[in-house]
Amino acid sequence: MFLDLIILILLVIAALWTVMTRSLLRASLGLALVSAILTLIMFNMDASLAAVFELSVCAGLIPVLFISVISLTQPLTFKEAVEHMRSRMARFWELPLIVLILGVILVLLSAKFKAKLPALETQASARFVLWHLRQLDLLGQIIILFGGVFGVAVLFKERKKRG
Amino acid sequence: MVSAIFVVLLLVIGIYCILATYNLIRVLIGVEILIKAVTLLIIAAGRQNGNMALAQAMVVSIIVIEVVIMTIAVGVVLGIHRYNNSLDSRKIRKLKG
Repeated sequence: MFLDLIILILLVIAALWTVMTRSLLRASLGLALVSAILTLIMFNMDASLAAVFELSVCAGLIPVLFISVISLTQPLTFKEAVEHMRSRMARFWELPLIVLILGVILVLLSAKFKAKLPALETQASARFVLWHLRQLDLLGQIIILFGGVFGVAVLFKERKKRG
Repeated sequence: MVSAIFVVLLLVIGIYCILATYNLIRVLIGVEILIKAVTLLIIAAGRQNGNMALAQAMVVSIIVIEVVIMTIAVGVVLGIHRYNNSLDSRKIRKLKG
């Protein structure tokens, strides 16, 4: 329980750092860190299949996507960067305070609301549920993947030169 | 119950990031944090109910959808950068109004 709490606090701190850090590259790496910490939480909660997916896809692929976009866009000039940093600090200084105050309020409120749900233990494994009970989900995933592929193909299509 | 508190905090961080920033890549990072919060919520709910298999199946679906959304969104952001030469949402004048 204590370890769970520490990992959850680390998750929020990593998310805060990701949002508040100045550099976009660091923010992308922070996102990978958030995913890695979420993977730890999933392993701790006995969700190993989802944890492996989270680690390989969310902590591996998505930061690479972000980093490639950042490398394809032009960086700010020194003057712009200084101005940007000032305006960012003005906009983001209150976020840690909001998170801290909201956290304290929620902890105080949670003592009143004890959510005890009935345990519905099922013997089915995640693999069985995915392949036998949730087949429509798989169909939806395939359709969405095809949609994504066509979307990328349309977005990056080279225009034909006339003449 | 403890996880639910942290889910709310992650949701607040993600929403704040989307609202307070003008950079389109940071908006996507905010959306990513929102998706992480939802993922954590589903896993926590699955554990609370004792139905972790269903929760894991749903998380796998969410991860697939998340990747596709991010790929398309990144492509759109790149297109906007090519057209406007900036990632600042205030400088996107077309389609306004």
